[in-house]
Amino acid sequence: MKEILSGNEAIARGAFEAGVKVASAYPGTPSTEILETIVNYKEIDASWAPNEKVAVEVAIGASFGGGRAIACMKHVGVNVAADPLFTLSYTGVGGGFVLVVADDPEMHSSQDEQDSRNYAKFAKVPMLEPADSQECKDFTRIAFELSEQFDAPVMLRSCTRISHGKSIVELAEPVTGLPTPKLVKNPSKLVMLPGNAKIRHPFVEERLVKLAEYGASATLNRVEMRDTEIGIITAGVSYQYVREVLPTASVLKLGMVHPLPMALIKEFAAKVKKLYVVEELDPFIEEQVKAAGIAVIGKEIISRCGELTPGRLRKAFGLPDASQTTVEKLPGRPPNMCPGCPHRGVFYSLSQLKAYVTGDIGCYTLGFMPPLNAMDTCVCMGASISSASGIVRVLSPEEKKKVVAVIGDSTFLHTGINSLMEMAYNQSPATVVILDNRITAMTGRQDNPASGWTLSGGETNAVDLVQLCKAVGIRHVRVVDPLNLEETRAALNEEMERPEPSVIITNRPCVLVKREGVFNKGLLLSVDQDHCTGCKACLKIGCPAIEWQPAPDGKKGKAYIDPLLCNGCDVCRQLCKFNAIGSAK
Amino acid sequence: MNVFNIVIAGVGGQGVLMASKVLAESALASGMDVKQNEVHGMAQRGGSVISFVRIGDKVYSPVVMPGSADILISFEPLEALRYVHYLKPGGMLVYNKGTINPSTVASGLATYPADVEEQISRACGGAHGIDALAIAQQAGNAKAVNMVMVGSVLKKLPIDAQVVEGVVSALSKDKGVEVNLKALRGGGAAA
Repeated sequence: MKEILSGNEAIARGAFEAGVKVASAYPGTPSTEILETIVNYKEIDASWAPNEKVAVEVAIGASFGGGRAIACMKHVGVNVAADPLFTLSYTGVGGGFVLVVADDPEMHSSQDEQDSRNYAKFAKVPMLEPADSQECKDFTRIAFELSEQFDAPVMLRSCTRISHGKSIVELAEPVTGLPTPKLVKNPSKLVMLPGNAKIRHPFVEERLVKLAEYGASATLNRVEMRDTEIGIITAGVSYQYVREVLPTASVLKLGMVHPLPMALIKEFAAKVKKLYVVEELDPFIEEQVKAAGIAVIGKEIISRCGELTPGRLRKAFGLPDASQTTVEKLPGRPPNMCPGCPHRGVFYSLSQLKAYVTGDIGCYTLGFMPPLNAMDTCVCMGASISSASGIVRVLSPEEKKKVVAVIGDSTFLHTGINSLMEMAYNQSPATVVILDNRITAMTGRQDNPASGWTLSGGETNAVDLVQLCKAVGIRHVRVVDPLNLEETRAALNEEMERPEPSVIITNRPCVLVKREGVFNKGLLLSVDQDHCTGCKACLKIGCPAIEWQPAPDGKKGKAYIDPLLCNGCDVCRQLCKFNAIGSAK
Repeated sequence: MNVFNIVIAGVGGQGVLMASKVLAESALASGMDVKQNEVHGMAQRGGSVISFVRIGDKVYSPVVMPGSADILISFEPLEALRYVHYLKPGGMLVYNKGTINPSTVASGLATYPADVEEQISRACGGAHGIDALAIAQQAGNAKAVNMVMVGSVLKKLPIDAQVVEGVVSALSKDKGVEVNLKALRGGGAAA
């Protein structure tokens, strides 16, 4: 049967067909939908982990127990999960283990564009790279077979265009006859003390040699001979661009990008007059080919930055651009916090208090955008709290007071909790705001350990954030209603003045939470056009529901609230000094 | 058959992705190869959305190259202008006349180009604007704007209209079937 599947859906299908028992992940664009699809296969135990390191370790446990296991994350998630990955490379697996990583060239929704292929080389593990949804499914299946055959964790690398791109997939039946998971004691292989690890390291090196030999003969790597003037080595989505732009070129399409099948590459190089490597981001293949003494052109013509496109590839090969219409500069349409978003009032208050805000990763990073302009740093998951703890150590007593760390509930539980422990332990006098909206909002509303629900929709324990903060040693923890500007501002002011670590937790849910009874719309607001003086105070919060309506003939404009967008959060009403905003009649 | 390139543009929440799905599933049902691609990380938060649907005997690239789209369907005039460079010379542009202010405009930091429709006409001679909201409302649901827009280009697609109607019926829930089919046909009549 044929279906149109996204790359992420196809990876999930591949996991199902491979007989996977356990799947664990932390959401992150563009990888999130893999677990959201896997959970629909009742045969698989699928769950969200608080972070990627934990996800990998849950999958490792399942693998050690003899079940096939998969962990999924975005590229930066592997940074968090690198520790267990590198040791797993030494121990090898029980049941097959696959780590799916989705890179984000062009940074459509990320803070950097690291090339995860380097992790495969660094951790000395094999990596497969599919070029469409069919290969996403097939390679996932193959990855589990390779994992068991070579006793190695296998990485499967996708990217935004593959993960979110849809194409036709021929489905297959799931495998049968996999061994039943059971406890098998093998401490000399699984306890990585120096004595045991010294025995495993040579195994890892030999494994790479064997994998390269396998790659030279495997159907994963495919030679397509056409015109021999130009030969191109490529992989993943870049293969599609090569076929589109250079249809007559000979191609060596790599399905396994680590280790490289150098024997096959040498053979291919000898058959073509001019050899190129077409790859996104780093010269990963190119450098190894050059190191093997083969003349090849790569990053001389293709950028290391951003994603590849057919247009950019045409340019690299000196082909003319298709003619295009040009238009004058248009107003941008940047993403914005939703109407009624509980974060808005907090950022407005921080901006009013002239706070120095160390930010974090989530919807609330949009607090950076005008007109709020209320974020000063954003590094990685959890860094808001720890960097606030560090920055106060170099500031004057007056400036220390300005530092406020802002972090969401999911990000706090991801890695922020470690940072808060450090802050309490070393008594850094910064203020932390936990924007608890009961969901992992930015990636599309996934549950987390504080939401009270699991990935499969079951009710579960919800972390008590107040008790947690107190337990790590924060003496001043308070809960505020972020839709009450006066209360929020007063709390911020007081805690910023306090020469001790403190935590403010906001208590309003994300307006997009669909679970019944979590988010309730407030009273719809409207602007009384007779009272509105056009002072624009309500525009300072950047709510998408509030629109500035310029008046004709030079008179002052007025504000207008779109009734279709307003969620009745009431924040704008509190800003209006002329009582022009009230409940819509 | 050469690859037929469709670009669908709009604003997060307008149903661009569902429209793309209808076209992609219709291509599959017609026995053609198809690839659909979009970037949707920020789509829910009022950002600009662009989606590609490529149909043919064999489709390689998941993205449409600027200057090569056979059809641009835009759910909003400003977005039509933003992505008009994707059209190939002689390509077809249908847009919904209803405007949605970007946050920069709503908060008074930028102005919406008053001459947006003139600019569209200058950029693409045969551009055609329709009042998709009115047609959707007539069909019974303001949210069916996406089906109106699909309907508006149906005659130009290398896919049989019957197949598209079948896909829309299959993808719609209960009462939605009738509304969506009405919207689809309404869009066709307005084109």
